[in-house]
Amino acid sequence: MSTSTMPSRPAPAELVDDGPGQRLYWAFADGWTIVRRGLTHYVRQPTNILWQLGFPIVSVLLFGYVFGSAMSVPGGGDYREFLMPGLFGMTMAMGFMNTAYAVVLDTTKGVTDRFRSMPMAPSAVVTGRGGGDLVGAVVDLFVLAMTALVVGWRSQAGILGTLAAFALFLFLRFALTWVGVWLGMLVPNEEAAGSLFAVAFPFAMISSVFVAPALMPSWLGTIALWNPVSSTVTAARELFGNPAALGDTWIEQNALLMSLVWPVIITAIFLPLAIRRFQRLSR
Amino acid sequence: MTHTAIVAEQLHKHYKEKRALDGFDLTVPQGMVYGLLGPNGAGKTTAVRILATLVRLDAGRALVAGYDVVEQPRQVRRSIGFTGQFAALDEVLTGRQNLRMFGRLFHLTPKQAARRADELLERFDLVEAAGKGVREYSGGMRRRLDLASSMILSPQILFLDEPTTGLDPRGRNEVWESVRSLVAGGTTVLLTTQYLDEADQLAERIAVIDHGRVIADDTPDALKTLIGGDRIEVVMKDAADVPVAVKVVARVATAEPEVDDTSRRVHAPVADRVAALTDVARTLQDDGIGVEDIGLRRPTLDEVFLRLTGHRVEEQPDEAGGAGEISSPDTSRGATR
Repeated sequence: MSTSTMPSRPAPAELVDDGPGQRLYWAFADGWTIVRRGLTHYVRQPTNILWQLGFPIVSVLLFGYVFGSAMSVPGGGDYREFLMPGLFGMTMAMGFMNTAYAVVLDTTKGVTDRFRSMPMAPSAVVTGRGGGDLVGAVVDLFVLAMTALVVGWRSQAGILGTLAAFALFLFLRFALTWVGVWLGMLVPNEEAAGSLFAVAFPFAMISSVFVAPALMPSWLGTIALWNPVSSTVTAARELFGNPAALGDTWIEQNALLMSLVWPVIITAIFLPLAIRRFQRLSR
Repeated sequence: MTHTAIVAEQLHKHYKEKRALDGFDLTVPQGMVYGLLGPNGAGKTTAVRILATLVRLDAGRALVAGYDVVEQPRQVRRSIGFTGQFAALDEVLTGRQNLRMFGRLFHLTPKQAARRADELLERFDLVEAAGKGVREYSGGMRRRLDLASSMILSPQILFLDEPTTGLDPRGRNEVWESVRSLVAGGTTVLLTTQYLDEADQLAERIAVIDHGRVIADDTPDALKTLIGGDRIEVVMKDAADVPVAVKVVARVATAEPEVDDTSRRVHAPVADRVAALTDVARTLQDDGIGVEDIGLRRPTLDEVFLRLTGHRVEEQPDEAGGAGEISSPDTSRGATR
């Protein structure tokens, strides 16, 4: 074919929303539209929150009452006081499964492709996911905190300290969103996403969530100590004024610092991986 | 502004060893329904995904609505609607909520998005189901909502990738009706299909694809004439009667009848369908010859291929193969590899 058959391009008069300011505006506006989509899911299926929280709530009962009497906290303190921040942390740690599941569903159903064929900001597909999941995590924490209050858990800190502790949980959850997005685009289908439990479970459990790492075999204890979940949970326990079973290792002594550093590291690794995976969709 | 709706020149796309597209050329004028016909793995989906800016091409050049798909993807996206092989909808949201969300993402104001959603629900006959979760929709309803979602900005060009695969006959008819009404509104449609009758029903022009290349490009009538049009088919009760049937069929056929001995089947292309059918049926009945089945049937994609390429449709399970590609329309689709 000769080039003369190529039609001329129309003058870009209609392309008013192409400036960098406009692009930034739409990146946020489109992200917010996707967040709202996630919120509508909660409104339309409110029982889903209970399903998601079934495991932590059952854990409250099992570990708090069935095993609780046999559990001890090194350094003393009530086990249920020790346990509750751990369960908050566990719920945040396993939350990336929900992200991965939602992403794999969108990809297999073609929703991601529809988004990509639209003139919306491409980043919104990912940021909207992150924002929506964060709102979901706030709801999760609220329900869990209410349950914890019922079984006798109390924060000894003031309002600021308490909020700071919850903020740490959300920070961890936010960082793990990128792990979820990345895994969601990596696994081929919903069934495979379900088997991510095999990753999520040890990630959440081999930590200071249920038991002080000092009580584990030393090699396992070391892994548990350096698990990002442990740093967040330990820092939150300190902020709440709950028993923290603090050992004298560096990682435990610097839990608050590490509860800020770990999520930054996770984001630094997995956000680029998620973006690269997203871009690879067009290969 | 006037320009050709779609121009593709020498598109190439390779996945590992497989050449999904291998010198693909296509020119689609405005306001036309253009059918891309070919078996699984021929490259149809890859071609449409490249034109819809979802997949990057390795070589070649493509203009959609006058914009270069590589250089100006955002302009292209503002001019097109894309409906993939699966109804790309949020299952939890209602039909109306889906349309409003997509409307917002097409950068309509909330008010515009709401109004447009109501218009489209009306137009695609989904008003009653508008408040129900998409999960409760039938296959045909999903497809219609899917089409409606692609029509939010009244795109100049609509891509439909196998719009009726997996639908029952009723769902197919519903979708065909919707597509016809879109075309009446002036939208250019590029449609891929594995079914000759679907291309025949909807398309004004058909490009037949094999091994990532257009091997024929003509009107449906011309293509059918090329392969001999509709066929009459007679199945005999007794194998001994087959030679008689061949003689009777030969009288009305436009080409030598073909015989399948194991199934006692005689078939041949015919020009005047009804006259041929009546003639053959009456003659065989008058002679008292046992006929198990008799009928007219349209040529199949397989016959088109046999005529055009000299080989039958080869099932090539891995269409394009890259991330987000489809191995077969019936199996669930791998997100990535």
